[in-house]
Amino acid sequence: MLMKKTLLAGALSLMAGSAYAECGIESGRISIIGNEFPAIQTVGAGALECASDKVEAKSNLTADHQKLNVAGMSGNPAEYTTAIIANSSIVALMNGDLIRPLDDLVAKHGDGLTKNQLITIDGKVMAVAFMANAQHLVYRKDILEKVGAEPPKTYEDMIAIADKIRKEGIMENPVGGAYAAGWNLAQEFNNMFLGYGGEFFKPGTAEPNVNSEAGIKALETMKALSEYMNPDFLTHDSNATNAEYRAGNVALMNMWGSRAATLTSAEGVPQEVIDGFAIAGPMTVGGGNTPASTLWWDGWTVAKNISDEDAEATFIAMKKAIDPAILQDPEVAIQAVWLLEGYKPTEAAKGVYDAAGMKTIPYPTFPYMGLMHTALGNELTDFMQGKESAEQALKDVEAAYTAAAKEKGFL
Amino acid sequence: MRPWGAPHTQSQNSGPGMKHRTFFWFFLPTALAMLIFIAAPIVSVVLQSLFVPHEAVLVETENCGPFGCTTSVVIDQEATEDLRAEQPLGRFAGLEIYLDRGHLATAEVANAWTSSSSIGEFMSAIGDLPFYRAMSFTLTYTFVVTPLLIALGFVIALAVNSLSQRIKGLMIFFSLLPMIVNPLVGSLILFWMIDSRGVIGELIQYLAGDPSLSLKASTPLMWIAVIVYGVWHSAPFAFVVFYAGLQTVPQDTLESARIDGATRWQQTRYVVIPHLMPLVTFVALIQLMDNFRVFEPIVGFNASAHATSLSWIIYNDLGGETNQLSAAATTSVLTIIGVAILLSPVLVRTWRDYRGKA
Repeated sequence: MLMKKTLLAGALSLMAGSAYAECGIESGRISIIGNEFPAIQTVGAGALECASDKVEAKSNLTADHQKLNVAGMSGNPAEYTTAIIANSSIVALMNGDLIRPLDDLVAKHGDGLTKNQLITIDGKVMAVAFMANAQHLVYRKDILEKVGAEPPKTYEDMIAIADKIRKEGIMENPVGGAYAAGWNLAQEFNNMFLGYGGEFFKPGTAEPNVNSEAGIKALETMKALSEYMNPDFLTHDSNATNAEYRAGNVALMNMWGSRAATLTSAEGVPQEVIDGFAIAGPMTVGGGNTPASTLWWDGWTVAKNISDEDAEATFIAMKKAIDPAILQDPEVAIQAVWLLEGYKPTEAAKGVYDAAGMKTIPYPTFPYMGLMHTALGNELTDFMQGKESAEQALKDVEAAYTAAAKEKGFL
Repeated sequence: MRPWGAPHTQSQNSGPGMKHRTFFWFFLPTALAMLIFIAAPIVSVVLQSLFVPHEAVLVETENCGPFGCTTSVVIDQEATEDLRAEQPLGRFAGLEIYLDRGHLATAEVANAWTSSSSIGEFMSAIGDLPFYRAMSFTLTYTFVVTPLLIALGFVIALAVNSLSQRIKGLMIFFSLLPMIVNPLVGSLILFWMIDSRGVIGELIQYLAGDPSLSLKASTPLMWIAVIVYGVWHSAPFAFVVFYAGLQTVPQDTLESARIDGATRWQQTRYVVIPHLMPLVTFVALIQLMDNFRVFEPIVGFNASAHATSLSWIIYNDLGGETNQLSAAATTSVLTIIGVAILLSPVLVRTWRDYRGKA
C-alpha cells in the first residue's frame, strides 16, 4: 500500500515536473477571459496546463466576455492577464489602452509564429491570431434534395427554397437566424449591409452613413427572411439557433464557422439531422459580388497593467496553447480554421475558406464601430416587429449612434 | 399598535435623556457608513454625469493581419494621456447628457410636438426614444406589480395562517421558494417554459387554438409574462411581512367581533386589515423602490426588444464595447430622482404623522 502511494506520488511529481519543463515558465500569473466556442475552449485548456506550484492559472470563458474584459483589464494590476478577442473586440481594448505591444515577447519567445498570425497596428504587434472565422451557409442536404434545390448562393435563393419547403409542408419555419435583439441582430444587419455595398461611416469621418439605400434594402431582406423563422427570432442568439437546427426544425441558416463544425456532435441529435448536415460558403445578396458576411480572426492579447513577469508567463502559456501540435487531435483540427503552421482544411472548414476566397470584407476596426454596433442592436427591433418603417429605424440608429459618439468625443 | 411609532417615541426619549456627547458617539459609526456607502457614491455619480470623456484624438494607421493590410484609425493614446493629465475629470458637459437623445431628449420631444398632427402620433414618436420607452414599461410594471403582489402576499398569509400547526412550516417554506430562487435563474427557467416549444408556450397555443402563437414575439404578451414573473417573485416578501403581522392581531378584538356576530370576511375587513395597514405601507415602500429598478427579468427573458427599464439602459451603456460611463451615470441620477418622486407621497405622509405626534 505504502509502496503504491510512493509510486503514485513519484509519478505525479514527475508529471508536474514535465509540465513545468514543457511550458518553461518559472513563475507568474495567467488569467484568461474569452468567448466559449469549442476552439477557444481548447486554447484555454491548453494554457491552463502550464499551471504549477509557482504558476497560477485560471480562465473565464463566457459568451459575456465582451462585457467583462474591459472592466477586468482596467485595474492595476489587471484581473485578466490575457483576453482572447476577435478583430471587433480588440478595438475596445485598444481604445482603453489596456493591452501591451508584444514585439519584445515575440522576439524572445515567438518561434514558430507565422507573420500571418501577428496582428500589427501602427507597426506594433498587438495580438496573436490563431483562427479565422466567418458566417456562412449551413443547411440540410436531405431536405434540399426533397424539394429538388441546390444549396443557395444568394439570399434570394434562400428565401425561394424556404418558401418551397414550407409549401410542401416539410417544415413550418425552415430558416434559422441568430436575430436576438442586441449584438446578434446588429451583426446580421452588418452582413447584409456590406453585401449590398454599404459603408458604415462617411469616408474619413465618424459620421454615420447607414440610413442609405443599402441600409433599407438590408433591412427589407432581413424582414423577408424572418417570415420563415421561428416567431421567437428576436430572442434567439447563435446558441439558440443551433439548438433549433439540432432539433431538426431548421433547414437553412447563416452560422459561424467556429460553431458549425461541431454542430451535430451534441448529444441527442436525431440521425437524419446528423446525416443531412452540410456546409457551404457565404451567400451574396441583391446581385452583388461581395458576400453578405464578414471575415474575422480570433486571437489573444496580453494585458498592459500587469507585471512583466506575468506578461511573459501569459505569453508563453498562450503560445503553447496554440502550438501546431494541437492539430494532431482530429477533434481539435475540425473545431476551427486554424491559422497555425501545418493546418490542413477539413471538410468543415469549407465555409470559412470560401468566405476568404470570395473576398468577404473583414469586420471594420474603427474605434467607434462598437457604438454603431450597439445602436443597431437596440434600434432595429421595432422594424423587425413591424412597428416602424426601415427609414425610421435607420434614422433612430443614426440618432442613437450620434448621441453616443458625441459623448465619447468622436464627433 | 403602530410599529412606525416605536422609533419616534424612542428618539423623543433619547433627546432630553441621552447626553449629546453620548448620542454623537452612538451615532458616529452609522453616520460614517452612510457617508461612505450612500452619500459618496451619489456624489460620484452626479459628478460623472456632468463630465464626458475628452475628444478622441484619432490617427490614421495601417493594420495588418491574416487578411492583409488595411488603413484604419486608432485613438492616439499619448495625446489622450496629455489631455487627461490636463483635465482629469474630462470635458465639462453640464446638463448636456441629461438633455441628449439617450436621456430626456428635449430637442427630439420638442420636435415631435411641433411635427405631430395628433396626440397619438406624438406619443408614438416619444415611445421611440429610449428613456421614455423604458419609463413606460418601468412605470406600468411598478404600478401593476406592486398592488398585485401585496394582495397576493396577503391572501397567502391569511391562508397559511389558518392552516393546522403541523403543515404550516412546510407551507411557509414552499411559499418562500420564489424569493429564494435567484431572480436571473428564476426568470431563465420561466423563459424556457414560455418558449413557443416550451410547456407553458405549447399550452397557451393549445388553449388559444393557434399553433403559431408566440409569447416572445408579442410585446403585450411579453409585458404580461414579465409582470407575472414580478408578482411571483416578490409576493413571498409581502407574505412573510404580513404573516408576521398576523401573529400580533389582538385576539380580544377578534373575539369581541366574533361575539358581535362578525363573519370571517368582516373580521378580516374591519380588524385584520386596519391592524396590518402600517405593514402595507412598509411593503409598498420597499416594493415600489424595487420594482422601479426592474432588471433581471428583462435580461433573463431576453425581452429587450419589447421591454426595457432604466436599470437595463445602465447595464447596456456599461457593456464592454461601448463603455458609456457618463450616459450610465446620468441614467443612474435619473433613477434616483425617479425613486424619490415615487416615494414622496409615502414619505410626506410619514412626515405629517410624525409632526402630528410631536
